[in-house]
Amino acid sequence: MPVARVAVPTTVDEAVQALRETPGAQLLAGGTDFCVEVNFGLRRPPAVVALRRVRELRRYEVTPASVVIGAGTTYADMGGPELSSVLPALAAAARTVGSPQIRNAGTLGGNVATASPAGDTLPLLTALDARVRLRGPSGGRTVALGEVVTGVKTTSIAPDEVVVEVVLDRRPGPQQFLKVGTRNAMVIAIASAAVVVDLEAHDVRVALGSVAPVPVRAAAAEAHIADAIDWRAAGGPRASAAALARFAELVADAASPITDHRSTSEYRRRAVQVIARRALERCVARAA
Amino acid sequence: MPAPSGTGIAERVAVGQVADRVGASAARPDGAQKTRGEFAFSSDLWMDAMLWGKTLRSPHVAARIRSIDTRPALATPGVRAVVTAADVPGRPTFGLEVPDQPVFASDLVRYHGEPLAAVAADHPETARAAAMAIVVDYEPLVPLVDPDVALEAAPIHPDGNVFRHLVIRHGDPGATGDVVVEGTYEVGMQDQAFLGPESGLAVPAEDGGVDLYVATQWLHVDRDQIAASLGLPVERVRLYLAGVGGAFGGREDVSLQIHLCMLALRTGRPVKMVYSRDESFFGHVHRHPARMWYRHHATRGGDLVKVEARIVIDGGAYLSSSNAVISNATCFAPGPYRVPNAFIEGYAARTNNPPCGAMRGFGAVQACYGHEAQMDKLAAVLSMDPVALRLRNALERYDRLVTGQVLTGAAPVREVILAAASHPLPPPADPGGSILALPGGAGATAGPGDVRRGVGFAVSFKNVAYSEGFDDFATARLRLETGVDHEPVATVTVATAEVGQGFVTLAQQIVREELGVRRVVLAPASTVDVGSAGSSSASRQTWMSGGALQLACSTLRAELLVRAAELWECAASQCVFDEGEVVQAATGERLSVQDLLSPAPLETEQEFHHRPTKALDADGQGDAHVSFMFAAHRAVVDVDPDLGLLRVVQVATGQDIGKAINPVQVTGQIEGGIAQGIGLAVMEEIVVTEGRVRNPSFTDYLLPTILDMPEVLATVIEEPEPDAPYGAKGVGEPPTISSGPAVLAAIRDATGLPLTRAPVRPEDIALSHGETT
Ligand SMILES: Cc1cc2nc3c(=O)[nH]c(=O)nc-3n(C[C@H](O)[C@H](O)[C@H](O)COP(=O)(O)OP(=O)(O)OC[C@H]3O[C@@H](n4cnc5c(N)ncnc54)[C@H](O)[C@@H]3O)c2cc1C
Repeated sequence: MPVARVAVPTTVDEAVQALRETPGAQLLAGGTDFCVEVNFGLRRPPAVVALRRVRELRRYEVTPASVVIGAGTTYADMGGPELSSVLPALAAAARTVGSPQIRNAGTLGGNVATASPAGDTLPLLTALDARVRLRGPSGGRTVALGEVVTGVKTTSIAPDEVVVEVVLDRRPGPQQFLKVGTRNAMVIAIASAAVVVDLEAHDVRVALGSVAPVPVRAAAAEAHIADAIDWRAAGGPRASAAALARFAELVADAASPITDHRSTSEYRRRAVQVIARRALERCVARAA
Repeated sequence: MPAPSGTGIAERVAVGQVADRVGASAARPDGAQKTRGEFAFSSDLWMDAMLWGKTLRSPHVAARIRSIDTRPALATPGVRAVVTAADVPGRPTFGLEVPDQPVFASDLVRYHGEPLAAVAADHPETARAAAMAIVVDYEPLVPLVDPDVALEAAPIHPDGNVFRHLVIRHGDPGATGDVVVEGTYEVGMQDQAFLGPESGLAVPAEDGGVDLYVATQWLHVDRDQIAASLGLPVERVRLYLAGVGGAFGGREDVSLQIHLCMLALRTGRPVKMVYSRDESFFGHVHRHPARMWYRHHATRGGDLVKVEARIVIDGGAYLSSSNAVISNATCFAPGPYRVPNAFIEGYAARTNNPPCGAMRGFGAVQACYGHEAQMDKLAAVLSMDPVALRLRNALERYDRLVTGQVLTGAAPVREVILAAASHPLPPPADPGGSILALPGGAGATAGPGDVRRGVGFAVSFKNVAYSEGFDDFATARLRLETGVDHEPVATVTVATAEVGQGFVTLAQQIVREELGVRRVVLAPASTVDVGSAGSSSASRQTWMSGGALQLACSTLRAELLVRAAELWECAASQCVFDEGEVVQAATGERLSVQDLLSPAPLETEQEFHHRPTKALDADGQGDAHVSFMFAAHRAVVDVDPDLGLLRVVQVATGQDIGKAINPVQVTGQIEGGIAQGIGLAVMEEIVVTEGRVRNPSFTDYLLPTILDMPEVLATVIEEPEPDAPYGAKGVGEPPTISSGPAVLAAIRDATGLPLTRAPVRPEDIALSHGETT
């Protein structure tokens, strides 16, 4: 009977070797995407390389300039006190994922490798120009997230490569993640938005989820609002209602949503502009 | 062969307190097992050397089958049998009301996911691969998917496309009111979404028959359909109830039963089958989608004058229970109001959509979305308070329904309305509170300033048990004997399917109430040891199986009195039953039950029939129903109109139940039913496009989570029903009927939008809201 072979490496190098030695072998992290696909008959791997025992994938490191998060970091960890104090929007995204059981099992690396348009960590990673460190048989490479996630559930990760960690630059300032779904918990995003405000560089970063094949930046909206914000206003940066409204319009322009059984393109476009604006308004006061 | 393990049918002995009788919140005998994850559900069935079955289903909505080549499957190592329509030994079709559904499609596929073949193999993975290897040559056809079109279109089945057309003409058809409101409404396709997928184990028997362990709602009616298709006498098809993981109507129809038995008989081996979650969405019927047109006439003072309605439900490819569902939708179309004149038409259409059938609320749910929206419209036109308008028109005892039937039973409609309305309203949203309490929940989309609150009200009614002349009965067997420790033991044998409703608890309470016996044993439910219990549906088992058991108890009690009278040499009429003992009235002498059982055990089997009902005549008139349950719901909903997201904050309810035999279980039914009602109002829908099911998974078929569940405030009205045991009506369905319409009304109240469709989707609110602001 087709019983999959299972390798249980304890280091990344062992994992890479196991992938190389077993044709068709696939990586298994928390299994929260993997096992669903097995149940649906979409995935029948002849061999599995399980990452649970690979300690080095589960570490994360916070420095003054950056945050390095191991691929094996779970949503529960991302939503925990340490990471949420430096990446509050990643923590917010992590808290929207699934149920407690899923958050205890599902990992950042799995979210990146699945590359779903609705992957909830991806908007913030996109907003922060995340870099992904991969390791394969011929060594390591570091690639921008945008080059890893190439389309709907497609990546440039080679079959014998392991996502080791994700590197994010720290930005001094508020950040937000908002996600729209038809249910109040455990729901796939119909639309999501991450907004990061840099109080020193005076810029705003906006990335959107579930409204295009891959997470997208709203570059025109970012440029417009960075200009429109009064960064030196007493009591903190503020923007006029008109500037915020224009921001929302430009956000919608960055979206190219589809209509499917979950929602309509029209609604997704509407939703993303509402939440991007609300996210920004939580970071930047509205001028009277 | 030995019995399989994991049947979940082990005898349940409960040593309760004598005080755990009718009216007490006795603990469920299976409660601890279920909460600990130890209860064996039908998917846990196991037998050594068993095979695994897998069904091949059509990827097409409508197609002609040119050929089916099963050889590649049979050639797969490990495959033991492949069966198709050609292998059905007996009747090629099955069905609850009329056998119009093929066991396997042979010439035509009429819906997405219709079974064509089944495979048995050594391993589930082999069975799956082999089923995929079967080569079917299809000629796809243009599916017929619009129920209104279907009524007139060329038939897609020899029985035609109109399952049933029903007309109710009542009073003066020409009557008109000062005020007229009109509307069209739509309800989507809800799924029962029970958590235990269809599963069973068939074991070939030495007598050439088969033993089937299965999760179902009605063992005997399954048995009859299976036996007919197997070409076996019913005695050789024995069904045993396995652990049922929820039902809600979705297990009334046969799903894998016949396939499994065919495979077991063909291979001579036990065969197990468990549907995957996605297959489950294709494996059972759903709640009928409905399109409804309504016109209400009223006086300026707010008295209803006439209700006109046309209700079309989409039955999908096969009949299932569509005839009874459309009867309910039509009979209950006006809601629980005094309506002197009515003209109501109901249609159930056959289409190439997924078959629809029974689901909690059974036709009354769809109609309630219509009549309650109409009542709100009328209140608005009359500038009346919506609750006051409903109170003004509320049915009372001895009123006449639009079917001409006089309400002879309890009808506390005013009481349920007042109870729901008088619960305290929730405090306003707390600005400093958890984001999880706001619309959008964990997605953190709303701030308190983005939210508007609305309040909505809805009232409903529905029949208990089977209607329109159906001979509805239940059977119970009861044995009383002395146990090893000299305590009397009562053994209850009923074929009643315990689907979660808690009849197992009630059965013990009833025996304690009637006989004062502490030790009650529930024998496994099967078709072998006892007659039919009827279906665990239509909110009927408390009344029906409860009635049969009460009858069995009183029969044995009478026999105990006779035994005592013989010992005392007095007349039985001189003896009375008191606290588990027989007392001689004249002398005060007492004999315990165990004393009286010492000569020999006592045993009886009793059938309980409810008062006969009648068919509806050509004008839809007749005493078609035995009894009615009433409920009112008030919903408070916070809406974020810009995003169309919402949170149901509170549902308050008043429910007419006759008598709470077990108050905690009543609360459980009310809370669970409200969750299911809310689900239909705001998220649960099988999305079907051109006949194709788009979301057969719990990823995309959304059920309310605990964060979507409101606070529930419930008042039960206990006005005894005259001919029901203990005066108890059913409890299960009413919470599911008007809770959803109340939620929709609250969303209308919050947004000012008409919202004529359930479930309401975020875009229905956000995009229309955008247009108006
Ligand atoms: C009930 C439920 C709810 C969910 N809700 C959400 C939600 O709200 N938001 C959301 O974004 N997702 C959700 N998901 C999806 C899933 O939880 C996430 O995508 C998760 O991050 C996947 O991580 P995992 O560790 O479980 O990956 P796995 O399922 O183990 O693997 C997923 C894929 O990634 C690959 N992979 C895993 N780790 C690595 C690595 N280190 N290097 C290379 N490839 C790797 C695997 O080979 C596989 O192809 C949900 C899933 C379920 C079952």
